[in-house]
Amino acid sequence: MENNTVHSAIRKYNQDKTRLMDILIEIQDNENHISDDAVRIISEKLGLSIVDVEQTISFYHFLSKESLGKYTIYLNNSVISNMKGRQIVAETFENEAGCKFGEVTEDGIIGLFDTACIGMSDQEPAALINGSVFIHLTSFRVKKIVRDMRAGKDVKKMHTSYLGDGQNKSEYLNSVVRNNIMRMGPVLSDDYNPGTIIMKNLAQLTPEQVIEEIKTSNIRGRGGAGFPTGLKWEFCRKAKGDKKYVLCNADEGEPGTFKDRVILTERPKLLFEGMVIAGYSIGATEGILYLRYEYKYLKHYLENILEEAREKNLLGKDIGGIKGFNFDIRIQLGAGAYICGEESALIESAEGKRGEPRDRPPFPVEKGYNDCPTVVNNVETLCSVVKIMLNGGEWYSSLGTRESTGTKILSISGDCRYPGIYEVEWGLSINEMLDMVGATDIQAVQVGGPSGSLIGPEEFDRILCYSDLATGGSLMIFNNKRYLLKDVVLNFTEFFIEESCGSCVPCRSMTPLLKQKLEKILNGNGVANDLEDLPKWGELMKINRCGLGHTAANPILTSLKNFRHLYEEKLERGKEYETGFNLEQAVSESCEATKRVPDF
Amino acid sequence: MADIINFTIDGKECVAEKGTLILQAAQENDIYIPTLCNYEGVKPQGSCRICTIKTNGQFVTACTTPVADGMEIENNTEEINDLRKSIIELLFVEGNHFCPACEMSGDCELQALAYRFQMMVPRFTFQFPKREIDARNPKILMDSNRCIRCKRCIRAIKDEKERSIFAFHGRGRNIEVHIDPDLGSKLTDELAERSVTICPVGAILPREKGFRTPIGQRKFDHEPIGSEYKY
Repeated sequence: MENNTVHSAIRKYNQDKTRLMDILIEIQDNENHISDDAVRIISEKLGLSIVDVEQTISFYHFLSKESLGKYTIYLNNSVISNMKGRQIVAETFENEAGCKFGEVTEDGIIGLFDTACIGMSDQEPAALINGSVFIHLTSFRVKKIVRDMRAGKDVKKMHTSYLGDGQNKSEYLNSVVRNNIMRMGPVLSDDYNPGTIIMKNLAQLTPEQVIEEIKTSNIRGRGGAGFPTGLKWEFCRKAKGDKKYVLCNADEGEPGTFKDRVILTERPKLLFEGMVIAGYSIGATEGILYLRYEYKYLKHYLENILEEAREKNLLGKDIGGIKGFNFDIRIQLGAGAYICGEESALIESAEGKRGEPRDRPPFPVEKGYNDCPTVVNNVETLCSVVKIMLNGGEWYSSLGTRESTGTKILSISGDCRYPGIYEVEWGLSINEMLDMVGATDIQAVQVGGPSGSLIGPEEFDRILCYSDLATGGSLMIFNNKRYLLKDVVLNFTEFFIEESCGSCVPCRSMTPLLKQKLEKILNGNGVANDLEDLPKWGELMKINRCGLGHTAANPILTSLKNFRHLYEEKLERGKEYETGFNLEQAVSESCEATKRVPDF
Repeated sequence: MADIINFTIDGKECVAEKGTLILQAAQENDIYIPTLCNYEGVKPQGSCRICTIKTNGQFVTACTTPVADGMEIENNTEEINDLRKSIIELLFVEGNHFCPACEMSGDCELQALAYRFQMMVPRFTFQFPKREIDARNPKILMDSNRCIRCKRCIRAIKDEKERSIFAFHGRGRNIEVHIDPDLGSKLTDELAERSVTICPVGAILPREKGFRTPIGQRKFDHEPIGSEYKY
């Protein structure tokens, strides 16, 4: 039975070791785990060693060698989920199921696990159960879910509410997820008939002309790093290589971001058209949509749309009647690793390996997927490209600010009346944003997710743009009742510790030390010196290899800069030095073993 | 003839062939840049970050970045040396390194760097993690307490089919190096010896052969690491 799954997964992907991720995911989803036997068979068939297969399995959050239960529940433990009532939901799950988080019930039916942000910050608390999304959880709802599991119900039949809006209720999705599109702009607008550019315009343009148009628009990468898209395409076009690739980064892992999930649900044709345009421009024949595992529920739906596109000649051979222009797209699932949103880690992962970022140079435009020239673009960037080709680069550059042209799709969550996604022109101030979403009595806004900065009211006149507050679009709002250091900063820091790939020494080892210091302060054992150490120690993070490593200390560093008083309030006054060492705790294990109580 | 380019390290005029990695270029100009995860003949990967240098305001690793014409490199500066020392201290506190009881004392690159950078007491809190010793292999002993996750063994030791004998397991601070149960048990004497040699610390030790080099005659017993370079 199990061996059949393993063999058929290996056959399905032609014993190709670059498809190891797909093989492992298929086995995990069918068998709830990847057994020793499965690992052995994979290693033999793919020509890998056992430790090689295991190093990939052990890297990803959603792959496991232990059984995770017939029903595997991943409850989001992000800041927003906590704010919206996660604790009571988690307690109810534990009580009803009869096991703790991180465990599987004795009968093997239910497994409870934590997971980082699943891209549902506008409808938390939310959980993934066997790949299906459950939103707006309450303890009442949880009791019913657990009863349904005990009764052996199919997860897809457990929903008690209407399905979500828009395409969420299509027969391919059957999902209760809500889009919450609160504000549309030129990229999200629904007045465009996808495929028009490919069918009507592309044949009249040379790839160079397309790239020129993108350069005129001045659009920069929407994932957060902000590299000019036209330039990236030009580098890749000029790079030498027989085969080139377009990778779309749909590994939307920055906590608080969910705009790509909405685009993938409502505007997937626009995205795929953008990928085709990118393919035409750089001379690629293959595109890969790297979809985060949390959005696996969209895979079947998206594959259906790809199939439709092939039927309409929007993908495949001689696309749009352009002789010799062949391009197709496949979907690559991730398996739970924030770091894979970093482009070189994403490439490693798409090749079936651990998602460890690469050294640069060489950059992916020269040596990317399978060592071929590759562009990696964000979902939103590729959608914007279609509208640039439709209305012109000049038009696009007239939107936004001089430096940051166009629009940005924001994912807004937290303490506000109308969480959801908003497409706005660059240049919006934080005050305007708060007005837009109905947020009052605000203590702080986290701009750009945990890797961005935590800012307070005195900076709310700053504007969203690459030269002031750059952002991939995650905005989390915290009102005056929130305990920023504990509920926000500590949670974000733990997130980075969990998600570090572990390669660079400072990222692997410094972040936990900074967290310990923060906890020492929160426990009331901090002294003035600790506040001096934090920024000094944080300096070391800038020599890490990748963006995660560079920003992992940002929650602590930016909150210390902008909310220093919150730290100072917690300090022990008049003390030069305090170890924070708890002797009783340190010897508790020995006391337990010897059954003796020391007299301190 | 290859292109020769000019660059400076801490103001000293240097030359190198175009395309040379900064580390090698520095060494050719008799300048020392400390390394730890790097090993001659093994593809560099820049994970320990100890060879970090500064150029044009940016920090990059010397072992992975090619030198460019006109590059001005900062290497032996107070700022960079303190960052390097911090890394050494981090490695000492993240693992369990008890030099006096370690078979590799004197031959250990981490210990040697700590001496060179005059580490007295790490500024960070010792973590004293609980780590395993894997003594299942007939030829080598793996002590995770001393492992610094430099990946040298992982990158360098492969079987005849290019399969990995060592590999990472897990991620983040829980990352470990595992040895393959099958390929490991068939490890040739030559590969076993090479894995011991390639380990910069005492995390991979030969079995049944203790203290092959007497203390006093070990690599760093008389001169600090990097003494072969003038600057």
